[in-house]
Amino acid sequence: MVAAGAAVAEPPTGDAERGKVVFKVCAACHAIGQGAKNRIGPHLNGVFGRQAGGIDGFRYSDGLKRAGVTGLVWDYESLDAYIENPKALVSHTRMNFPGMADAIDRAHVLAYLRRFSDNPANIPEAPPRHPPSPKLPPEVLQIKGDPAFGEYLASECTTCHRADGEHHGIPSITHWPVDDFVVAMHAYKQEIRANPVMRMIAGRLSDDEIASLAAYFADIE
Amino acid sequence: MMNRRTFLGTTAAVAALLAAPPVLGAARPKVVVIGGGAGGATAARYIAKDSKGAIDVTLIEPTRTYYTCFFSNLYLGGFREFDSLGHTYGALASQHGINVVHDWAVGVDRDARTVTLAGGDTLAYDALVVSPGIDFVEGSVPGWSVTSQNKMPHAYKAGSQTQLLKAQIEAMEDGGTYVMIAPPNPYRCPPGPYERISMVAHMLKQTKPSSKILIFDPKDKFSKMALFQDGWQRHYPGMVEWVGGDFGAIDEVRPDSMEVLVNGDTIKAAVCNVIPAMKAGTVAARAGLTNDQGWCPIVPNTMQSRLDERVYVLGDATLNGDMPKSAFSANSQAKVCAMAVRHALTGSTLFPAKYANTCWSLIGTDDGVKVGASYEPEAEKIAKTSGFISQVGEPADLRQRTYEESIGWYAGITADIFS
Ligand SMILES: Cc1cc2nc3c(=O)[nH]c(=O)nc-3n(C[C@H](O)[C@H](O)[C@H](O)COP(=O)(O)OP(=O)(O)OC[C@H]3O[C@@H](n4cnc5c(N)ncnc54)[C@H](O)[C@@H]3O)c2cc1C
Ligand code: HEC
Ligand code: HEC
Repeated sequence: MVAAGAAVAEPPTGDAERGKVVFKVCAACHAIGQGAKNRIGPHLNGVFGRQAGGIDGFRYSDGLKRAGVTGLVWDYESLDAYIENPKALVSHTRMNFPGMADAIDRAHVLAYLRRFSDNPANIPEAPPRHPPSPKLPPEVLQIKGDPAFGEYLASECTTCHRADGEHHGIPSITHWPVDDFVVAMHAYKQEIRANPVMRMIAGRLSDDEIASLAAYFADIE
Repeated sequence: MMNRRTFLGTTAAVAALLAAPPVLGAARPKVVVIGGGAGGATAARYIAKDSKGAIDVTLIEPTRTYYTCFFSNLYLGGFREFDSLGHTYGALASQHGINVVHDWAVGVDRDARTVTLAGGDTLAYDALVVSPGIDFVEGSVPGWSVTSQNKMPHAYKAGSQTQLLKAQIEAMEDGGTYVMIAPPNPYRCPPGPYERISMVAHMLKQTKPSSKILIFDPKDKFSKMALFQDGWQRHYPGMVEWVGGDFGAIDEVRPDSMEVLVNGDTIKAAVCNVIPAMKAGTVAARAGLTNDQGWCPIVPNTMQSRLDERVYVLGDATLNGDMPKSAFSANSQAKVCAMAVRHALTGSTLFPAKYANTCWSLIGTDDGVKVGASYEPEAEKIAKTSGFISQVGEPADLRQRTYEESIGWYAGITADIFS
């Protein structure tokens, strides 16, 4: 758990004016401000504190709806994680945006979004002191998993996730890109993703164990 | 889901599959597994699958189709077909080379390391896995014995008992009383009786809304109590009455007249569902693996019996510490056991044991709840490390999602046991 955050520097404080500029990449799909309507993406007024997938009438992906139903509420951390890597937080999201790697740009754009939320008193002016997550130092993504260890660990998963990839109410986890898998597991472990079952399961897995599981499920026959 | 393929003869299919290389020229070590339920079938499957033919696995199970207790309440509630609860052993034989023998184990000679079958055969083992589930404690409900189960069913082993209970509910007249005698701790599936009450209420509400449900419970509290009581209030107001520990005890049940005597009152039951006190499946006691309470103490990091290192005990039959008696737990324990057995017999790596459990329950249509925890072995017991539980007042869409998850789990665990 410590390893995942240890190497990350203090988060930057955002500047809303600069965020307005950064938001241009978002504006290709999202409107914000007075009279903003849903476009390719939902409008982003009042997004802080809202349940994910919460705007009536917008056709969200099943993944984002499920995340909202099972407890994902947009706050600084979850927004930061979503914008950094949309799939890490919400697998199969329809937001067709590769993610914004630069933490400073994200801080700016979130400061800008914050202006359009009703209840800014609840929203920290500066980001929380612990680093927004899921923060994975690059070394964590470089760990080479041991598929044999992964096979043993995976026996815990196949009680719920079918090894043949069929799914009936619990998503399939076979043949994922290793990085997506690792990031998703850390998002549960760091309690960015909401589902309590998966938080519990990921919560006791080490970085090596997650890497081994990712390696095993990526190549399962 | 339902695998209707008939049983594949063990010898031919297995002989072909097991042309795998023997270990160091020695005879293949033999594992015998007693009980083809959630614990035993999982253990057999994982030992055979992961040893890739290096271990000779025989699974002894009397029934050809295993009906899961888990989700049997959903059948009572009309949410599931009976056939969807049935699973057969064909794939364990054909895919994993397990020698499936449909017979009862009637004796275990731990000195000679043999198991005797009702049919007369004797099987030798290097390691024995025992997962026989539960049996009932005679005399724990005065007036009831296993011979009364056709009048007052327990439906706590699934199959014909479950069908009988369903038929009795269907035959009830509007205004009748369904009585449940709930079991004392410890027992199989802590939320099971209360999920059942929810499902029975769901049926009665639709067709016989003036009927009543009365639960006599020797306990003061039960699993997910706040969640169930909230759900009964919301879905079935006025129908369910739970009478907890302080009422005293049942004086007697009379299966012939369908009466329940309690505190000097005689209650006429339309259906009387007696769930007696439980103990480890009888064969465990015959093998000398039980303590004075009738349960089998185990070693937390391997699932070995405390009384015999060649014997492993799984699931409901165990006294393990904090893990509840559930199919999830039995399946989780079986994987640790499989790894430990392979390590003992073939020297494969022994990874650290990890255990987990989650139990979902359905309270009404699309109203699912769950409770779960993870566990680690300590010297004395398997100890709970963290957990979670659904909350009263959750939004309907979350409850629906939780129910959908449980369907995913059923599909997952049954594939993990039988495919
Ligand atoms: C109504 C109800 C609802 C439930 N719901 C859930 C749930 O939602 N989730 C959950 O996780 N669990 C649930 N359970 C609990 C679950 O069914 C048990 O905990 C689980 O089946 C235990 O596995 P086991 O291997 O110990 O025993 P079992 O699954 O009972 O298997 C034992 C097997 O051994 C065989 N056997 C017995 N004696 C012998 C012998 N002498 N020789 C050979 N074979 C023998 C039996 O035929 C049986 O097939 C529920 C139980 C009930 C009754
Ligand atoms: C290519 C179009 C596109 C771009 C660019 C884009 N988004 Fe999105 N966004 C979407 C879509 C589509 C969704 C709905 C996703 C779903 O349903 O899974 C979405 C969803 C969201 C949500 C969730 C809203 C809710 O109601 O739950 C947020 C927050 C968000 N985007 C912020 C941003 C930000 C900030 C940027 C710029 C850094 C951005 N998006 C860039 C298309 C885009
Ligand atoms: C008790 C059942 C259960 C077990 C055991 C379990 N999972 Fe999950 N898993 C779920 C559920 C339910 C979800 C959906 C969670 C959500 O909505 O965020 C999920 C989601 C996931 C996801 C994200 C899938 C997606 O599409 O977003 C991954 C990755 C995952 N699990 C990996 C694992 C691994 C690895 C293990 C074993 C170490 C495991 N799970 C064990 C129930 C389980």
